[in-house]
Amino acid sequence: MLDSTVAQLARALAARKVSSVELAQGYLERIARINPALNAFITLDPDVSVAHARAADARIAAGGGGPLTGVPIGHKDLFLTEGWRTTCGSRMLANFVAPYESHVTAQLKAAGMVTMGKMNMDEYAMGSSNETSYFGTVKNPWNTALVPGGSSGGSAAAVASRMLPAATGTDTGGSIRQPAMFCGITGMKPTYGLCSRYGMIAFASSLDQAGPFAKTAEDCALLLNSMVGHDARDATSLERPREDYTRHMAAAPADPARPLEGIRIGLPREYFGEGTAPDVLAAVEAALAEYRKLGATTVDISLPNVNLSVPVYYVIAPAEASSNLSRFDGVRYGHRAAHYDDLLDMYKKTRAEGFGAEVKRRILIGTYVLSAGYYDAYYLKAQQVRRLIAEDHVRAFRDVDVIMGPTAPSTAFAFGDKADDPVQMYLNDIFTIAANLAGLPAMSVPCGFDGRGLPVGLHLVANYFDEARMLDIAHRYQQVTDWHTRRPTGVTA
Amino acid sequence: MALSIEDVNRVAHLARIEVTPAEAQDVLRKLSGIFGLIEDMRRVDTTGIAPMSHAADVSLALREDVVTEIDQRELFQTVAPATADGLYLVPQVIE
Repeated sequence: MLDSTVAQLARALAARKVSSVELAQGYLERIARINPALNAFITLDPDVSVAHARAADARIAAGGGGPLTGVPIGHKDLFLTEGWRTTCGSRMLANFVAPYESHVTAQLKAAGMVTMGKMNMDEYAMGSSNETSYFGTVKNPWNTALVPGGSSGGSAAAVASRMLPAATGTDTGGSIRQPAMFCGITGMKPTYGLCSRYGMIAFASSLDQAGPFAKTAEDCALLLNSMVGHDARDATSLERPREDYTRHMAAAPADPARPLEGIRIGLPREYFGEGTAPDVLAAVEAALAEYRKLGATTVDISLPNVNLSVPVYYVIAPAEASSNLSRFDGVRYGHRAAHYDDLLDMYKKTRAEGFGAEVKRRILIGTYVLSAGYYDAYYLKAQQVRRLIAEDHVRAFRDVDVIMGPTAPSTAFAFGDKADDPVQMYLNDIFTIAANLAGLPAMSVPCGFDGRGLPVGLHLVANYFDEARMLDIAHRYQQVTDWHTRRPTGVTA
Repeated sequence: MALSIEDVNRVAHLARIEVTPAEAQDVLRKLSGIFGLIEDMRRVDTTGIAPMSHAADVSLALREDVVTEIDQRELFQTVAPATADGLYLVPQVIE
């Protein structure tokens, strides 16, 4: 039962084959057994989770259940959640209990989902390996000597190890998709502006977007249905008609053997060059062959400016972060240094103690590129190149329906491998960042394994607001492959 | 462009982060690597390209100019490190 998808659990709950309390207790028992080895959770509160489940059961019994009522979920620990500590993976907020709830988690709560805990993450979502968390690293369930990816590493590891059927994450430069690949699950980010950022601790406001982790594209679509929606409290939240992200997968194709007839897949030559592990490329090529069998055609395209995504990102994201994180000053919330001389000294010591090394580095980069005399050369320049990258995609989507490639250039790496070399760490996000800069929906889907038995992810990027079709394109692939059903052998207990 | 230890110390001061001399050296080394990466971007000709400040070129939403917030001072101050009489306490700044 714990290996079920969200869709399967929802059906079992609706048919009264299982109660939400039984599910919550089953997962909690598994978490108690497996989490000590993986460290995917920062906060657990079994009594509160069971109380949520009891309320969901009552709602189902009264006939008021929806498609997600009673299904367990975990939330990345940067979504503010009333009654649950929200740490953002930082010493700065190690004891912070938010006085209000994020829009995304409030909507999932209203849908009747059962909060199982708060998930470990890189500090302030800054990292690609979960090594920057104040609460310790998360281990990859496929091999606990390896990183789970980041920044939403706890969310990905928990779903991969079947401690949760679903989890939320956020994606600023790949923080959902890269850990989804490293842990062998499905993760997606929607178009910028679909999920409200209200109550999401901000990293880089023009890039941050929430999204779901689950085992299948169908589950991601179900979760997305309840995560999106206009919210006046986020000035960048978009007002759009409600849509059902499962609608394409629910429709029967004209030719069941070729459900993707007419779909054009763009293959950017920039994503298939040197620098990607050969077995990663082989798994992606095999997935593309599968797509051709499903009726899709592949088209070689070029995104001439995407190679500049990483440098552009490492100007824009730190610049926005340096501004966003200025609020952590030891005055209104969070850590305050115990000993200091005056107000300036209190700020400096509080921030020196409260932030970890990577967060400080990014604040310093951001402060530098925004400082007098450097703004035009760095920040403005980065914003201009950002437009070139976005325009590359707009042009490409005139000819293709979806862009595909590997999610990351290599599979999960070992702890410490890149921790001392930020540039190597940053280059791990080389394929995922462009979608954030352009604001496009994107996802990672399991598509095989490398020579060491580690999961490889197929990266899909779609046009603005085309998530329903992108999810369907992933779903059709999952109907004829079983990579997404594979689970780590180390944690099959 | 070569970053100096003075740059690191200046920026750390602007960012209100105390750094020890040893930390500053480590930051200098790592930031120099990162700025090396960023140099690639600076070589692109962007004449006439409008800066893209946001993922979607949307204008910020407008709303009626009416009070929407209720007074939640007490609630919000429950998470503050030090308060008294509804005020946030900081070290004295005026003699």
